[in-house]
Amino acid sequence: MDGTGILKGLAVTFKRMLDTYIDDFKRGKKRYYTEEGIRYRQSAEVKGIFTVQYPDEKLPVPEEFRFVPFLVYDEGPNGERKDRCTACGICSKVCPAQCIWIKRATNPKTGRPIPHSEEFYIDIDMCMNCGLCAEYCPFDSIKMDHDYELATYDRHRDNILNKERLLKPASYYAQIRPLNYAREEEAKRQAEEAKRKAAEARAKRMAARKKAAPPKKEDKS
Amino acid sequence: MSEQVVATEQDLLLSRFPEVVKPDERKGYDGYIVDAKALLDFAKTLRDDLGYDYLSSVTGVDYLPEGKMEVVYHAYKTTGGAPLVFKVQVPRENPVVPSLVSIYPGADFQEREAWDLLGIKFEGHPNLKRILMWEGFHGHPLRKDWHEPYYEEEHKPYKSRWPEGKAFRAEDRNPFGKNVDYPAGFDPAKWTPDISDALIYEGLGRIDKPRDDLPTEQIIVNLGPQHPSTHGVFRMVVTLDGETIVDLEPVMGYLHRNHEKIGERNTWLMNMPFTDRLDYLSPMSNNFGYALAVEKLLGVKPPERAEYIRVIMAELTRIQNHIFAIGMFLNDMGAFFTPSLYAIEERELILDVFEAVAGSRMMVNYFRFGGVARDIPEDVMKKIHDLAFERLPRRIDELDRYLTNSEIVRARGEGVGVLPAEKAIAFSAAGPVLRASGVPYDVRRAEPYGIYDRFDFDVAVRYHGDVYDRYLIRMDEVRQSIRIIQQALKQIPEGPIMTGKPQYQHRVPPGESYGRVEGPKGELGFYVVSNGKGNPWRYHVRAPSFINLTALAEMTRGHKVADIVVILGSIDIVLGEVDR
Repeated sequence: MDGTGILKGLAVTFKRMLDTYIDDFKRGKKRYYTEEGIRYRQSAEVKGIFTVQYPDEKLPVPEEFRFVPFLVYDEGPNGERKDRCTACGICSKVCPAQCIWIKRATNPKTGRPIPHSEEFYIDIDMCMNCGLCAEYCPFDSIKMDHDYELATYDRHRDNILNKERLLKPASYYAQIRPLNYAREEEAKRQAEEAKRKAAEARAKRMAARKKAAPPKKEDKS
Repeated sequence: MSEQVVATEQDLLLSRFPEVVKPDERKGYDGYIVDAKALLDFAKTLRDDLGYDYLSSVTGVDYLPEGKMEVVYHAYKTTGGAPLVFKVQVPRENPVVPSLVSIYPGADFQEREAWDLLGIKFEGHPNLKRILMWEGFHGHPLRKDWHEPYYEEEHKPYKSRWPEGKAFRAEDRNPFGKNVDYPAGFDPAKWTPDISDALIYEGLGRIDKPRDDLPTEQIIVNLGPQHPSTHGVFRMVVTLDGETIVDLEPVMGYLHRNHEKIGERNTWLMNMPFTDRLDYLSPMSNNFGYALAVEKLLGVKPPERAEYIRVIMAELTRIQNHIFAIGMFLNDMGAFFTPSLYAIEERELILDVFEAVAGSRMMVNYFRFGGVARDIPEDVMKKIHDLAFERLPRRIDELDRYLTNSEIVRARGEGVGVLPAEKAIAFSAAGPVLRASGVPYDVRRAEPYGIYDRFDFDVAVRYHGDVYDRYLIRMDEVRQSIRIIQQALKQIPEGPIMTGKPQYQHRVPPGESYGRVEGPKGELGFYVVSNGKGNPWRYHVRAPSFINLTALAEMTRGHKVADIVVILGSIDIVLGEVDR
């Protein structure tokens, strides 16, 4: 117990301090307030200080980052919105916090429910950002957002999101989650292809049967 | 060979306790049903003759339809192996079970919890008070016929959300004061809280022995619940003789939210994100334990790649938890934030990995029954690689140089808060606390789960059982975890990450199951009972932070006030898990 342990420890902190300055000199101005600099400060080889000056600098979030859900709509050729939700209720059923509630739309003539949601609410105060709704939605209609700056003045007014506030275009989704979007579109394309092929095959079979049928008739007669 | 041992064990137990001990023959169940009056003898035989010296978990199950209460015990040998499960069944109206505290002192807090939440009386318990709820709370909330205010429906999903399409906020229905449920004829204005704190203080006062030479008085001091050293809201009622601690009583439950009741209301899958919130510093391990328990019931096995991903994630969790624990522990010692910020820097990089893989830094919700939610992207794999092979070993060495031989750390740590091996076992201490006391017990070795039997690693063990050893053992374990990750990264195959189709409703066959993992804090166990419906009938968490606190009083006696903070820091508790 002669104090050498403490001195060695202090040497470590001193070296850390020097590291920051050395790194600053080496990397110059681009270490701060640039995309490259932020990426470097997030990487495993970072030396010296690695804090990010939020909100002047913001950490890029990874693709899988999830923060409160939103609903996806497809844009039609004339700018009309086609929301993908069919009000099947799976997101609402799988939600651990039970913060999603949906009212099904009904056909005004017959009064029967149709696969479309009339009202769709998410209470983002209750939402625990688990992402299960997005994971199990069979129509790729509900997805997790990247926007984490959600401070509001009145939670009663602002934190229960209705359909209008939840709906965001598919292009936005493609922008925040490009890989997921590409994968899903590819799957959809393949499904459609398979459907088309199946239809073609069926048409062929029908045609073949028609061809094969007449001789049968002749046989009988 | 092992079959034979089990057979003789069973023969011995059944022949020594004819009539009163029977194998549990319900479908999907395991172990023995012991008559309440034979319980003490049975436990003694287990401990002294069969070597089951470690009582890991004690909990109750309310079998409302059968009118029975069941207490479930899981006992282990500290030399390793599968658990011996035994149960006691008592009528629901008057559930009285003999207390096992005299044989296994580690049952203390767990029996109190079972009394508190289920109303099972443990006869002969030295201090049978509520532990998570407050004294004076009406009813026992884990009972199946107990309903909370704003009770909506027995099980999720609630019909009101879909298809009805409406919801309410509790506070909107809350004209002041109406959110509590008073028993009939109870007038809160006339009630005086005469038992809660007074009982604690009185209990502590009993040890008062005035010294002959000096006429001193003992005083009782509350440390916490609001105190930076308690890592949350946690109170220690300490009896002091001058600066010396005579006795200590932990008071907890400030963060209690009845996690288990919520769990029984949830569907099986919904519990996964809730487990993140137990020990929120090591969510991946929590996911792991719960997934194991349910997978045992479902009979599914994750594919190879998922198994490797699970191990990598669990070990990364252990590393970040231990590094953070060391940093915060140094804070408790008085090194104001420099070491803990160094620790946080490394932790941050690991959390970045979690964020990229699971979508969230802490509330990961990453495991699924039969696999994991997502594959690890290529660039993240590279980052894990860089961390495991380069950065983390280097940084651990730096932390080692910085702290291990520091005179302050040694002076504050060596010989403080000693917990000898036999006491550590008796108090059911787990994880680093147990291993720092010289008991090389690690679930990854004692009863390997997942694919841990494939990896070459050492079970870290230290022998002094003091605060300093508990610091050292975390360093050792980080190094071992790095070794495991390095091996896993080399071996990980390509392939699917999920068995079967992803599904959100699970048909879980009836039965019970206990899944346990070596979490960073110790043995983390999930005891689940299924009755074949969409929700667990019983969902119990064997929380290591909570049970490790049983030994806190033992560790602190005779030390100074300032040492309490260090000793508590060395146990490494997380209140989200303690209070559940």
